Amino acid sequence: MEVTAQPQMPKVWRAETKPHKFCPGCGHGIVLKALGKAIDELNIQHNTIFGCDIGCSLLTWDFFNLDTIQTHHGRTIPVLVGIKRVRPELVVVSYMGDGGAYAIGAQHLVSSANRNELVTVIVVNNTQYAMTGGQMAPTTLPGQKTETSPYGRDIKLTGKPMLGPELVASIAPEGAYVARGTVSNVMQLKNFIKKGLENQIKGNGFSFIEALSACPTNWRTNAAETWSFIENEMSEYFPIGELRTPDEKKVGEKRKVTSNGAKH
Amino acid sequence: MDIKPIQDEKRAFMTGNEVIVWGALAAGADIMYGYPITPQNEIMHYWTRLVPKYKKDFLQTEDEISAGFTTVGGVLAGKRAFTATAGPGNVLMQEALSMAEMMRLPTVVIVTQRGGPSTGTVIYSQQEVNLTCFGGNGEGLRIVYSTSSHQELFNYTIKAFNTAWKYRFPTFVLSDGYQSKMREPVTIYDPEEKGITIEPTESLLGLPGTPGVERDPAHLRNTYNLEDELYNVVKSSVKEYNSIISKIVEYDTYAVEDAKVLIIAHGVVSRAAKAAISSLREKGIKAGYFRPITLRPFPDEALRSLVDNVDHIVVAESAYGQLENIVKNNLYGFNIPIIGYLRPGMGITPEEITDFVKAELSL
Repeated sequence: MEVTAQPQMPKVWRAETKPHKFCPGCGHGIVLKALGKAIDELNIQHNTIFGCDIGCSLLTWDFFNLDTIQTHHGRTIPVLVGIKRVRPELVVVSYMGDGGAYAIGAQHLVSSANRNELVTVIVVNNTQYAMTGGQMAPTTLPGQKTETSPYGRDIKLTGKPMLGPELVASIAPEGAYVARGTVSNVMQLKNFIKKGLENQIKGNGFSFIEALSACPTNWRTNAAETWSFIENEMSEYFPIGELRTPDEKKVGEKRKVTSNGAKH
Repeated sequence: MDIKPIQDEKRAFMTGNEVIVWGALAAGADIMYGYPITPQNEIMHYWTRLVPKYKKDFLQTEDEISAGFTTVGGVLAGKRAFTATAGPGNVLMQEALSMAEMMRLPTVVIVTQRGGPSTGTVIYSQQEVNLTCFGGNGEGLRIVYSTSSHQELFNYTIKAFNTAWKYRFPTFVLSDGYQSKMREPVTIYDPEEKGITIEPTESLLGLPGTPGVERDPAHLRNTYNLEDELYNVVKSSVKEYNSIISKIVEYDTYAVEDAKVLIIAHGVVSRAAKAAISSLREKGIKAGYFRPITLRPFPDEALRSLVDNVDHIVVAESAYGQLENIVKNNLYGFNIPIIGYLRPGMGITPEEITDFVKAELSL
């Protein structure tokens, strides 16, 4: 059968492994499209190493025409740090979920940010552990129902949703790039990811992009509800935008950090 | 290797941890990733002092989990990467080493055993045999050298890198706190001057050419969808592991030709066992000694070939039966009484072994 219209895929996507393995409506495909476009535009396919975590992110192990290493839950950052330290000419991308970044791998995130490691970390925030069936995550919103918070997240017992970029922004040294984008604004997300890659290439410092993403399977939402959850509930708690850029000049001014680290 | 760290033979009197560093330098190690834990700390201390001179690298990580996984990263990138740990750190490191076992990554880990379980002591034990040989959620497809002297620390640190990169199984030098901290004479040398070839390394990632355009991408994973996929991967690793056993196993024997009592010990305890042989023989007891140098793979055939005329086997170790269990497994079907002189976390002297053998065997 002759196919006339081909889907528009970034050049770096591996066509042989498409269609991808994510659920219908999943946000991963959009984040990966933004990442693919950014890699295409920077022309770094030849020297980029893609590392993926455990969780739904592991389904990207054969996603790109990139040398790829699928690691353990939360351990993608140290594996890539290990690579980058001995092969600084490579561009390393750590692709992981919010559980990997903020719970089981939090010590690696904090310490590598503090060391200003030259890695670009992309965290896909879908407010829960999706691959294991929808458990509560550090990012689950107050009152949100998950398999391990069936009556809604009680923040008195389980704490407030973790603000990853704000955490990183408060500890990363000068030169770091920190931003939060969303799958509901792909162009902006791509630009954030591109800046995060450029920041590594220039040797400025740690680069961190969180992407608000969707999991209609575990959220049990239809398209309209999915969109609304990202645009209204998630965006309200997780503010979109850049938190740190390497060119910020704040001579004589102390950087303002609010109590929860959020930018106002 | 730009600058040879050692030229000609050099006699030295130094601690075991320093010897390990010279061994790693001689083997052409590129980078150490490490996290502080006693009694391995001085490996990092000496390494960091020599790093600028020999153009090496070091990264102090946030924990042993990270030290293990950064070592995995260094190896994936084609560098002779290593780390060192002990006790609870060895426990944390098993996660990364399980990945190395699955993906056949030539990681090198120096283990300086300390007392356990838990935080135990910072001093000494042989209680990390099970963990080092069989740790992780896997099949123990590892190579473990148990050293007994500073000369061996030097020799086997070099050999660990070569074995790892030649056969691509995670490789360990299993030492202990006594060996780490004591000083002993040692001869250090450039391995190539001794005819020892340093195995070349190979990158698994970041290969030349644009992936998907000039070549296929390297897509490396440790997760599989189906039972059969995983089974075939593990089966193939087991097959390859079994096929190289005869090239890797090493052991030492002493006075075994007419031995009726065979004393088995590994590591630093084997020195006490060997010394006990003479005093037992002076008392008319026909004692001999067997020492596995590789605990994984275990020199099973060598051991079995020695025991036909043996009446008693005594296993002496600073653990509660970890070596003894391995010995029993490997002597399945032989009807020889095996008794253990089992002293978890305690040093063992020749006199203790001699007295124990005499008392237990009513000789």
